[in-house]
Amino acid sequence: MTMSSPGKKLYTVLIVPLIIFLVLPIFAGSYLLHIMIFIFFYAYLSQCWNILSGYTGQFSLGHAAFLGVGAYTSSFLFSQYSLTPWVGMFIGALVSLCVGLFIGHICFRFGLKGAFFALATMAFAEILRILFLNLPSMGGAQGLLLPLRGNAPLLYQFEGKAPFYYIALIMMLVSVAVAYAIERSKTGFYFKAIHQNEESAEALGVDTKKYKVIAVGLSAAMTAFGGTFFAQYFMYIQPDNTYSTFVSFDIMLRSIIGGMGTVAGPVIGSFILTPLAEITRSFLGGKSGAHLMIYGLILMAVCIFLPQGVYPGIKKWLTRFQSE
Amino acid sequence: MNLDTIFQALVSGILTGGLFALVAIGLTMILGVLKIVNFAHGEFLMLGMYLTYYCYNVLGIDPYLCLLISIPIFFLFGVAIQRILINPVLKSPMEIQILLTLGLFFFLQNAALFFFGPYLKSIKTGYARAIISIGSVNFSSTKLIMFLFSIAFTLVLYVFLKKSDLGKAIRACSEDSYGAMLVGINVRNVYMIAFGIGTACAGAAGTLLMPVYYVDPYIGLTFVMTAFVVVVLGGMGNYIGALVGGFIIGLTESLGAALFTASLKQLATFVIFILILLLRPTGLFGARRM
Repeated sequence: MTMSSPGKKLYTVLIVPLIIFLVLPIFAGSYLLHIMIFIFFYAYLSQCWNILSGYTGQFSLGHAAFLGVGAYTSSFLFSQYSLTPWVGMFIGALVSLCVGLFIGHICFRFGLKGAFFALATMAFAEILRILFLNLPSMGGAQGLLLPLRGNAPLLYQFEGKAPFYYIALIMMLVSVAVAYAIERSKTGFYFKAIHQNEESAEALGVDTKKYKVIAVGLSAAMTAFGGTFFAQYFMYIQPDNTYSTFVSFDIMLRSIIGGMGTVAGPVIGSFILTPLAEITRSFLGGKSGAHLMIYGLILMAVCIFLPQGVYPGIKKWLTRFQSE
Repeated sequence: MNLDTIFQALVSGILTGGLFALVAIGLTMILGVLKIVNFAHGEFLMLGMYLTYYCYNVLGIDPYLCLLISIPIFFLFGVAIQRILINPVLKSPMEIQILLTLGLFFFLQNAALFFFGPYLKSIKTGYARAIISIGSVNFSSTKLIMFLFSIAFTLVLYVFLKKSDLGKAIRACSEDSYGAMLVGINVRNVYMIAFGIGTACAGAAGTLLMPVYYVDPYIGLTFVMTAFVVVVLGGMGNYIGALVGGFIIGLTESLGAALFTASLKQLATFVIFILILLLRPTGLFGARRM
């Protein structure tokens, strides 16, 4: 898993799309912006998932729980106490951090691994979904409708999609930077050691439980910011579009297709899967289910033919480009 | 809350528990023999329900007669899926196997949504309205038939696993596939047959459930989650454990619905699930190593 340090040419390769992204809202129509927002948004969420599941190998099937906690905390504080979501999202992240530390602590204390941990996270998300469906103060099954305040940047509300576009872009870039920093830090090496062989890591003196809990907490807190973004973008949340198992699947699929445990994987995965999902949805829109059918086919094909994701192939191509 | 409600919930819980057991036994067999966590298992049940629905409504075949169609069809379906999809990932890491069955789950669920539509479908048989009353406790005859068939299947499967050569080979592979190979068991074939039997259990459960319940494309996820709870409760790969676990979860859900509200009944199931995972990950009755 050694990574060659990217040379100067790679930076120039990355600068070009970045400039395109920065100026895109000047030219792009609202539909293209919407798709781009979703690409960045899912790349962000999937990167959060990747930090836990890709790097440490602790497979979460319940990331919707953290998205939901973030979305509900900031939205509840906004609709009940008029607290701006800019502050609410940090409180949401804090609550989500606590939820993540709680889940991580009890799961790893009792030594849950592999499929057991995956099933436990899925069950936690389902518990939260059922709880929120039955909490009248949180809107129950009807969900929470956020009060509209028109163009109010201080309240995380904007006219038009361009501000959301830039927020999503910044979130994605921050998540990439975090993953990049982790990959090069001691913590990152511990994460990878846990993934490759937990017993050996433990034998070499790594406090594996502590670092696994750290990974869950960090991933949970970061995912919560995505929850607030989701709530502000749609102005409406309900348990079935935040806490649902399908949201968890949507989040992890990007990393899996791009390449788990790599910085670029979630972003590449989102650039492949998100437009594909949107396009099939709009082409086959009349028939629901078609785009998710294609998801399923892609997922099975990736597992059988490309279990590492598409990133290793792209990396090979990039190194060839660099050496030329 | 009076005693009658409790009795009613107890009877209903036991009857449903029989079906949970049948679904879970299929899942636990796949888990025990192939070590595959099969998220698509609930979708086989959902497809079994649709098959029964169309057999009844289009061809006019009685739902219980449809068992003769659904069991072989789902056995072959399972064999084909094992050959084409599961076999290539048998040696892959656990997460790739989970992802493959998740992909299959997505595909089947949304294929059902695409072809059959999102609406609830149910069938009205002549005997669906027949109510059996014992004292103050009432239950429908279809639920009783579902229970009896489920238990019968489970017992037949159990005897098959204990007594027949093939059953013994399946259990051998479940304990140690390498050792089984060394003594001349064709492990590849056993894997295929085990996956086929597991799938057939889910398909048969779907057929039995159709006269009792409605079907929509999303029903599979609920059942696969419940089945996972039952499997973990009974111990992975433990058949008797799955039977007992099925009853425990059936009773939990029906008592939960009677004591609290119906929408909260699954909460108890998931809480039990997490507690069992944490406190007794090998299940109440011990498990084969996964």
